[in-house]
Amino acid sequence: MDVLRLATAGSVDDGKSTLIGRLLYDTKSITKDKLEAVEASSQRKGLDFVDLSLLTDGLIAEREQGITIDVAHIYFSTDKRKYIIADTPGHVEYTRNMITGASHAEASIVLVDARNGVSEQTRRHLFISSLLEIDTVIVAVNKMDLANYEQATFEGIKANVAGLAQKIGFKGSLTFIPLAAKYGDNVVTLSDKMPWYTGQPLLQYLETMPVHQRDESLPARFHVQFVIRPHSDEHHDFRGYAGKLVSGSLKVGQRVAVLPSLKESTIKAIYSGLNKVEQGHAGDSLNIELEDDVDISRGNTLVPVDAPYQQLQQFAAKLTWMDEQPLTAGKTFLLQHGVNRIKAKINSVAHVIDMSTIEEKADAQAFRLNDIGEVSIKTAKPIFADRYADNPKNGAFILIDEFSNTTVAVGFIL
Amino acid sequence: MSALDLTNTFPRELEHEAIYIMREVAAQFERPVLLFSGGKDSITLVRLAIKAFYPAKVPFPMLHIDTGHNFPETIAFRDWLAKESGMQLIVRYVQDSIDQGKVKEETGKYASRNMLQTVTLLDAIEEGKYDVCIGGARRDEEKARAKERIFSVRDDFGQWDAKKQRPELFDMLNGKINVGENVRVFPISNWTELDVWNYIREEKMEIPSIYYSHKRQIIERDGMYWPASPFLNTTEDEVPFEATVRFRTVGDMTCTAAVLSEAVTLDKIIEEIKEATISERGARIDDKRSEAAMEKRKQVGYF
Repeated sequence: MDVLRLATAGSVDDGKSTLIGRLLYDTKSITKDKLEAVEASSQRKGLDFVDLSLLTDGLIAEREQGITIDVAHIYFSTDKRKYIIADTPGHVEYTRNMITGASHAEASIVLVDARNGVSEQTRRHLFISSLLEIDTVIVAVNKMDLANYEQATFEGIKANVAGLAQKIGFKGSLTFIPLAAKYGDNVVTLSDKMPWYTGQPLLQYLETMPVHQRDESLPARFHVQFVIRPHSDEHHDFRGYAGKLVSGSLKVGQRVAVLPSLKESTIKAIYSGLNKVEQGHAGDSLNIELEDDVDISRGNTLVPVDAPYQQLQQFAAKLTWMDEQPLTAGKTFLLQHGVNRIKAKINSVAHVIDMSTIEEKADAQAFRLNDIGEVSIKTAKPIFADRYADNPKNGAFILIDEFSNTTVAVGFIL
Repeated sequence: MSALDLTNTFPRELEHEAIYIMREVAAQFERPVLLFSGGKDSITLVRLAIKAFYPAKVPFPMLHIDTGHNFPETIAFRDWLAKESGMQLIVRYVQDSIDQGKVKEETGKYASRNMLQTVTLLDAIEEGKYDVCIGGARRDEEKARAKERIFSVRDDFGQWDAKKQRPELFDMLNGKINVGENVRVFPISNWTELDVWNYIREEKMEIPSIYYSHKRQIIERDGMYWPASPFLNTTEDEVPFEATVRFRTVGDMTCTAAVLSEAVTLDKIIEEIKEATISERGARIDDKRSEAAMEKRKQVGYF
């Protein structure tokens, strides 16, 4: 069984909660009585929609303020797939949470209210999906019931969103589904009220969309986390490199190079847990034995000898700033790429985008909380990363503040 | 319910993710410890730790906070698992904290040592100088846990500040801390109860016998079935009777309720859990269900 990680974003009143509630309910992931309890307390609060956040907003601050602050994880499964929804607040103040949630997702669902069409939030969600190179964006045109289920309304929104996606530079696939989540139209089953819609209902689309295809097709990148030396009688000379194959696949007998030492060897054995396997796949945690004793340590990367790689020490990156303290040029951080940490300095700020308008701010010198922009970075030693657009799993990094130890930014290598 | 598909129901991706997390713990911290409760989630953690470091031994010990009110079956299983896994087992006792006057035994019929164990745990962390504790919490269990990170930083007092949580982007985990701070790590954050059971079944894992249906002396209180034990304070009208039960979660004998069940295999348990998500978990049970429930009760020896 595979896992499909989804990201949703939006405010409580655009029907997002109703839609998620539908998916949970129709896949029997939530009991009828539990859903009814949420419906009842939503009504008590005077809401005309089901506030599903009542199920997930467990933080005291969220209950105090009646808002979703943090990413909520919602789980449901069918006979085919397990789904993990990272449900994030849509407001501009929580852009960092949106990006955090979306960073785990393979597809995102952007909700559009059929009555209002493209909103500021729609633009922001689409922009973030594009920034994160999410392959599949599903535009759920919701509340079709309030638009008389009219095809013209749907087509109009479709054209607007498609135009916007082009302007933003979104390269993935866009799928449009007209919905009335409240009544279940086109959520799990096709609606008879919209006979003009010839596509699949949402769940069917999710059930059949391919997952992990892109990662598997890219060149292999194996991030070494830990060296395994048993020192036991049985495995006296065993030396395995435990790590994660973030992209591509690797086979026993394949020639690999170690980055950064450029030493080469051949894969002698691959362990997945307690078993020897012939081949490892993208996303697998493996333990790799090589034919030769080469010096390899945590933070190194194994790549096939014939796969191109790039070495970077000074590079441009898109950055999302996540700390209260503003970022200015000249600051130093620990940069973590995969599991490798290295000292890094922000050379210069190229530009900053105002997330409420998605426009570049004229001559901005600093990043404030939730700002997205472009910087030039220099690292103390070279890193072996791909461009994010070429290989997202090997092209992102985080910045750690050396004094507070907290994660203050995420970056995407250009 | 239709026949269960016995293969490929557990999403293996979750195992790869958990192993990755285990290895990050071993690499990023000086003194990790695995918190072992005797329940299925922590047994799953042990299995994952073994796989993460095979063929080497697990490079950290397990720590059990023994309340003194555990099921004897849990303790026997714990000792067996320590031997089987080759992991060092450290046990610290709530009784010692009571004897040292650090905590006070609760009184009354709901008395339990559940709250008391936190003090023993924090003392054990300080004593062992552990900078990271691996726990079996899952996000689907409880609302507050739904928002907890995989690497969750605690201050000097073991406290969690929800507002100061570090963003976790992609799979990059940041375990950098100051001296005195401690991190709680949850490798099976993204697993659901059903995922855990499917994993146990596919891995053919041993679990304590009390998870399976067995005959036991119980009392009924507040509509739940409590195992009769010397640790449970009972009133006069709470007369123990024998029933066929099993435990869905395993904690202390004073705070773990049994469910009437005849599930003697993992397949049956999984069937039961799947059914339970449709009927039993909620507060309101429709007529048909309660009728069936009564029938079930009778079947297993009630009255």
